[in-house]
Formats: sequence, C-alpha cells, structure tokens
Amino acid sequence: MMSLWLMFGAIALLCVSGGPALLGPRRSALGQRVATGLVVLGSALGLVGVGLALAARTPVSLAVGWFLPAGRFAVGLDPLSAVFLVPIFLVPALGSVYGLEYWPQAQHPENGRKLSFFYGLLAGAMALVVIARNGVLFLIVWEVMAMASFFAATAEDDDPAVRSAGWVYLVATHIGTLCLIAMFALWKHATGTYMFGMPSTGNWAATTQADAMPLGLAGAIFVLALIGFGCKAGLMPLHVWLPGTHANAPSHVSAVMSGVMLKMGVYGIVRMAGVLPVGPSWWGGVVLGVGAATGVLGIAMALGQGDLKRLLAYSSIENIGIILMGVGLAVLGRTYHRPEWVLLGLGGALLHVWNHGLFKSLLFLNAGSVMHAAHTRAIDRLGGLGSRMPRTAGLFLLGAVAICALPPLNGFVSEWLIYLGLLHTVAPGNSPGIPPGTAPGLPVAALGAVALAMIGALAAACFVKLLGAAFLGTPRTAAAEHAHDPRKTMLGPMIVLAAGCILLGLAPWLAAPLLERVATGWSGELVPAGTAIQALAPLTSISLAAGGLIAGTGVLLVLLYQMLKRRTVARAGTWDCGYARPTARMQYTGSSFAQFLMSLWTWALWPQIERPQVAGLFPPAPGAAEVAGKTPARIAGAGAGARFAMFLPDTILERLVLPTFRLANRLLPKLRLLQQGRIQIYVIYFLGIVLLLLLWGRIGF
Amino acid sequence: MLNTAIHLLLLLLLPPLLPGVINKTKALFAGRQGPPLLQSYYDLAKLMRKDLVLSSTTTWIFVAAPVVTLVAVLLAGLLLPLGPFGAPIAFTGDLILFAYLLGLGRFFTTAAALDTGSAFEGMGAAREVTFACLAEPALFFALLALAKISGALDLSAMLHDPLAGPLHTVMAPLVLVAIGLFIVLLAENCRIPVDDPNTHLELTMIHEVMVLDHSGPLLGLVLYGAAIKLFVLSALILHVIAPFQTGHPWVDWPMFVGEMLGLAVGVGVTESIMARLQMRHVPYLLIAAVLFCGFGFVLLVR
Repeated sequence: MMSLWLMFGAIALLCVSGGPALLGPRRSALGQRVATGLVVLGSALGLVGVGLALAARTPVSLAVGWFLPAGRFAVGLDPLSAVFLVPIFLVPALGSVYGLEYWPQAQHPENGRKLSFFYGLLAGAMALVVIARNGVLFLIVWEVMAMASFFAATAEDDDPAVRSAGWVYLVATHIGTLCLIAMFALWKHATGTYMFGMPSTGNWAATTQADAMPLGLAGAIFVLALIGFGCKAGLMPLHVWLPGTHANAPSHVSAVMSGVMLKMGVYGIVRMAGVLPVGPSWWGGVVLGVGAATGVLGIAMALGQGDLKRLLAYSSIENIGIILMGVGLAVLGRTYHRPEWVLLGLGGALLHVWNHGLFKSLLFLNAGSVMHAAHTRAIDRLGGLGSRMPRTAGLFLLGAVAICALPPLNGFVSEWLIYLGLLHTVAPGNSPGIPPGTAPGLPVAALGAVALAMIGALAAACFVKLLGAAFLGTPRTAAAEHAHDPRKTMLGPMIVLAAGCILLGLAPWLAAPLLERVATGWSGELVPAGTAIQALAPLTSISLAAGGLIAGTGVLLVLLYQMLKRRTVARAGTWDCGYARPTARMQYTGSSFAQFLMSLWTWALWPQIERPQVAGLFPPAPGAAEVAGKTPARIAGAGAGARFAMFLPDTILERLVLPTFRLANRLLPKLRLLQQGRIQIYVIYFLGIVLLLLLWGRIGF
Repeated sequence: MLNTAIHLLLLLLLPPLLPGVINKTKALFAGRQGPPLLQSYYDLAKLMRKDLVLSSTTTWIFVAAPVVTLVAVLLAGLLLPLGPFGAPIAFTGDLILFAYLLGLGRFFTTAAALDTGSAFEGMGAAREVTFACLAEPALFFALLALAKISGALDLSAMLHDPLAGPLHTVMAPLVLVAIGLFIVLLAENCRIPVDDPNTHLELTMIHEVMVLDHSGPLLGLVLYGAAIKLFVLSALILHVIAPFQTGHPWVDWPMFVGEMLGLAVGVGVTESIMARLQMRHVPYLLIAAVLFCGFGFVLLVR
C-alpha cells in the first residue's frame, strides 16, 4: 500500500506544481523554479513508488466509496501500469528542467505561468490514467489529461497556426473520448461494473464477468477501444491532429506529448485487450495490419516534411505503428495460444514504449535547442550546425541512430524482439488439442517483418536527411551560421535521455523481468509465470554484440588516430568537380535528398508539386516566356520563374477530414431549426424523449 | 576452433580479391588484359601509406564513418556462416542483427557523404537510401523463406542446408529467392546494372560519388569495407545457389573459396553483358527483386 500512497503524493505534487507560480508575478524566475522543483520531487516520489510496487511482486489496489454513483474510486498498480509510469515520471521531470532555460518565464510573461501549470497537471493526469481502474474515473482523468495537454500545447495562442492546430487537436481528442464513453457504457452493460483490470486477489471481491460476455459485444468494445485510444495514440487515419500539435507546441511539451502522452493510447489498447475475453483472430490481425500501415505511411510522410518538428511528429506516428504491430502479435498469440508470440510481441512493444519515450523526447528537446539557436524549424534553412553546436549534434546523432533501430542502441533491441515474434509465426508451434510442435503458424503475420524492414530503411533515410540537412554541410542562413550550443540546463536532460538510450541498448536484459511479469499477467497465465524472455530472445548476445561493435569501433578509431598523427592532414574545400567556389546553396537540401524516394511514394502521399512546365528541346527561360505571353497557366500565378517546390500536406487531413467537416458545416445549420432558443420548446423535447423511452421500456426490448 | 580461424582469415583477407576477379572477367570480355588480380590489395596498401586531405566542411562524423561501417560489416561477416561451417557468433535472431548491421554501415556512409556539403555526394546518398528501401524488404522476404524452410531463426542453422527439405517443395522457392538475392547483391554493392563502379561522371554514380572526398587511409577503409560487404552478401547467396558440402573441412573450405570466386566471375559476366539501367528504372529492378523473394516465400506457405 505504501507504493500507492507514494503514488498519490507524487500525483498531487505534479498536479499542483504550477500553482505557486500562478500566485507570483508573471516574470518570476522563482515561481518557475518552484514548479520545476515540485515536478522533479513528485516524479522522484513516483519512481520510488513504482520501485516499491515492483519489489512487492503482487499488484496493489485500492477501492473506496466516492461521491459519484458509478461504482467506487478504484486504483491499482500492476506491472503493466508500472511500465507506463516509468516514462511518465521520467520525461516530464527532465522536460521541466529543460524548460528553465528553454522557456523562461521572464521571457514569456504572457504564457509562462499557464504553461507551467498545465505541464504539471498533464503529468499528474497521465499518472492517474494508468492507475485508474474505474471507467468513470478513467474518463475524468483522461479528459483532464486531454485538456491539460491542449492548453500546454497551445501556449503561444497568439499565433494563428498554433490556434488552428489546437482546434484540430481539441476536436480529434473529443471524438476519441466519445468512443471511449461508448466503450465504457458497453463494458458496464457487459460486466455490470465500471471496474476493470482489478487484481482478483486484491482487498475487494472482483466480480467482473468479462470472460462470460458474448464475443460480439466484446468485439464492439474492442473496436471502440481501438478507435478511441487510437485517436490519442495517432494511428492512421486518426493521426490528423498529431503533426500540427506537436510542431506548434513548445519543444519540451512536444517531448512529453510525443514521448509519453501518445503511449496513453497504447496503454488503453493493451489494457482493454488484456481484460477482454480472448477474441477471434481478426482482433490481432486488425491491430497488426493497422500498425504496419501506420508505420510505413507515417515514416513515408515524415520523409517528405520540411519542418523539423513535423518530421519528428510523423516519426512518432511510425513508432506507434511499430508498437501496435507488437501488440497485434500479442493479441494474436492469445487467440492462437502461442505464449512465444505474446511474450515477444508484448515485450517488444512495451520495451519500445520506453525506448521511444527516451529517444523521441531526446530528439524533440534537441529540436528545441536547434530552434533556440537558429530560430527556425525549416530544415532547409539550417545546415552546418554540427561544427557550431557539437554537443547538440552528437546527441542528435545518438538519438537518430537509436530511432532508426540501428545497433548498438536501444531502438534495435525492441524492434528485434518484435521481429523475432513475427518470425515465430512462420514456424509451427504448440497449441492445445494438437500434437506438440504441429500447430500451424500464421505466415501472413510474418509479412509484418517485411513491413518492419521497409520502415527501418525509410527511417534511416529520413534521419540521414535530417542529420545531413540540419547538422552537416555548411550553414544556409546567417542564423544557422551563428548558432551555438545551449547551456547545461538544456543539455543535462538530453544527456540523461541519451544515457538511457545507451543503457537499454547495452543492457536490455535489465528490463526483461518486468516485461515477463507483464506478459504473464496480461495473458492470463498463458505465458507461464517465470518464463524467461532470454530463452526465446538471447538479450545477452545482443548485449555482447553491441559491446563488441562499440569496442571494435573504439579500437579502430584509436589505431586510425595513431596512424594519422604521423601523416600530414591537409584541409581543403569540398571537391565539386573542379568548381572553385561552391556555395551553401549548392548543397543537397533535405527536400532534394528526399525527392527521389518521395517520387516512389506519390501514389500514397499525393505531394503538391509546383514546377514550370518544360516543353520542346530548347525551352525558353521562364522570364522570356512571360514576355512572349506563352507562360503556361500553371506558373503564371507563381510568377517566380524556374521554381520548383514540393509540399507534403497531411493527405488525410487535407483531403478527407477537412472537406468532411466543411460539408458538415454547410449541412448541419439546417438542424438549427430544432434550436429555437425557447425554454418551453426544449422542455417539450425532454418530455417527448422521456415518453419515447417509457414506450421503449414498455415494449420491452 | 580451426574453422573459426579460417573463417576470420578468409573474412579479413579474401574480400579484396573479389573486385579483382570481377575486373579481370570484365577485361576478358572486353578483350583487354585488365588490371592484375591482386590490384585491390595493391591499392589498399598504397592508400594506407598516403597522407590525407580533409574537406574543411567536414566534422568528426566524416572520419568516424568509414570505421563504423567497416566494423559493422566485419561483425555481420562474423554472424554469417561461410559454406557448411557454422558462424563464429550464432544466436537466435542474429539474422536481424545481420541486416541491421548493414543498415548501420549505410547510415554512416550516407551521413559522411552529406557531411561534405557537396551536391554530388548528396545525390549519391539519396540514391543509396532510396534503393535500400526496396532492397531491405527483398532481403527480409528471402530470410523469411529460408527461416520457413529450415524452421530455425539463427543464420547458422537457417543456412546450413536449405536443400534438406523435400526437394520438390523447396526447389522453386529457392530459385526465386536466389534470383532476388542476386539483384540485391548487385544493388547493395553498386554493380552494373544498378551502378557502374568505373563510370567517370559524378552525376551517374552511387557508391563512388558518396566517397569522393575520402582520401588516403580513409578511402582505404571505405574500399576495404565495400569489398567485405561484397564478400558477406556473396557468402549469403552462395548458401542458396550452391549448398554443397562433403563433410570434410579440407574439401569444403577450398570448395567454398572456389564457389566465391565463381560467383565473382558471375558478377563480372553480368556486368559485361548488361548496360547500366537508367537511374529512374533501377527501382523497377529492385521491385522485381522484392517480387521474386516474395513469391518464393508465398510458394512456401501456400
């Protein structure tokens, strides 16, 4: 119980952390320090609580009566919650420290206090989301989380772009919440209680009849969960809010939203998949398929972005896709009674939740440093930052290698687990009622491994583009020319996150016991307690290989250094075919780097391309053509002559969602007929509905 | 132990011979005498003794990249069994590490290319990452097919003897996978018809243009790493097209070396009888590779 009380203390501290500053003056540095101190203190308490809960080895829970008629105030802390609590207590605390230098209240008097307040509230609400065990409580804290993140993300609400992104987010998150309300209503209908996921050995009698519910109903709950939580997680095509919101939020808020808050959606899907009865195979199949599509399209979209933070946001969508592929495999494993699919799929997915929390937060904080130094998010206006801000560049390189799932860092380990799980589907296995070792595999699921391979290659292209265009080469603008590393307050949190990436890459077995316990609890003992992930996936070998890679590189670098000490190392300009004065504008930009690859994806992404039409063997220069009155209509408006431009707007938002909403905006005013503004008429509506309901009850459906 | 030592020796010493064999074959086809078979060794020895010119634009990434790439491909070579002998390092799931180590090498090679700020090298890097996006799925389809045939998830067991299964079910898939892997081999090592290593125009190169600014020992490391990559991918494909073994190490090792050189001759013949594809047509070739390997897999699981 101690752990739960620590948790409550931590959550309370997080929620009120911005409070004292609200009472202080607008530009008070003290207020912000107090807020950061409270967030760090609360997070430390929370981490201790998580540690205690895990050491106790039995899930703790608490259910007391409360003021609402819907069941009891129920919270619980089991290994699954613990997995999600760790990033919740790690990333916001680091982001808060980062914010001291990045978003000082003294320089942001108009929104600094608001940001601090909602930032803490967001962290506290997220912690409550993963320990809530009552549907109504869950919905309340879910909404608090959504609103807190809305206000934190729209800190600069004087900017129209921020406001419009905020609107899209507000609408999207509430559509998701609507699905969740419907989901919990169905849950209550099916089980007779709003409680879910309480350990049956807790201090109250668990009487959920989840296992007895009809499969159709369970399927409906599952689909609603997938849509409702998928909205928050950013599953395609429900991701439309994500890029804009992440791009326009302050960077440490983006880090928390992308690194942690998206995972609340993942948590919801995993939790519901665990408490529902074992479903038919389409459940897992849909999750796996949607995950693969989200991953591939997400990273392909990321590749076409010219905005540093939008690119990172799309890459978050990709990573959510990867996580969902693992979850889908685990759900399939439950259906087909394959403990190895569950262990590897769920283990990989949850480890990726941690890993993505580490490296994506690192990259967003890094993007913040770049913006801090160069005052732009446009990738093609940067360049050459590597020699001007070497520490930031080094940390970025590390984050990029990790997020591309390349050895020896942490991203590789979690994707490797998911790969292994997917590869296990081609081999026959054991299933009850069939002779051991002969149950057929599910080779169609193995196609996920091919999708993952493609995602990996695209991600590498995407982050090489970002690394090359922003940090390498020569600066393209004066702002990039004079960029410099931030001070320790901003570098420190990034270094901690980078250290996490290295630690989990070199010693992934540290996480194994926790993942095994989650898999056992989640699958209802399908994965027997005490099953070692190591037996299926030798994490120590990965450890050794990663160590060997680093050691080998180190040794060779030292040898090379020794060798070069005895040689003349001359410096000269880059070879440009003998051209004497290359300029920064001649470099390959991010968009030109991505252009060839994007041309293979036009069928899916529909980029907007502006270019002059070239006709004939000797096309006239556009300026001359204009004089001759022969300008093609398409560039007449552009008027910039031989200009090429490519934009990649969010296809689903621009071509599907916004047109739908505009149509609704045109059609729905007709319904205002009902909205007469007179109390009497509204009372008549009430009466009519009550009569209808009475009638319905009488007929007795 | 002896086999591990031979594995290491071959991995370290044999690769530079392969470009020599390929070039000799091409020269024979063209009616030239061609450079000596050992030319790559001479080149490496010469480069390692040279001084270095670095572009003033570059950062430490430019210097580190050839080293990281070399270590990555060497480690990949240690994961891959050569001929009928098990690999020095083998564990469940090493096939994925193998593929991603090659990916790590690509990441650093392309990053180093962009580090110079040259438009040519950017162009080469863009092509490299584009083609990788199609080569990776093909490679994974092939690995899936081999995993399906063998029922194993580590390279040594997977590749030990693909023909062990019932021949009529595995023959057709293996032929398809072999064709697909051969295309991947050509693309990953930048051979004709994907890239022409002998071209003289920066605009049309892929791998050569990415390393334009590397000089001296760094260029030596790059060339050595590229040769090892060619060796490693050739060894992978040999398991599919020539899975012969006698069980006697003193027959099998020479046979493996012979097969390797034979494959190099095959690459040389391919290069001699084909022209380089237009750059925009290369993706079609790679998609064909994906389809070959994919159909191979589908045939196995139908």
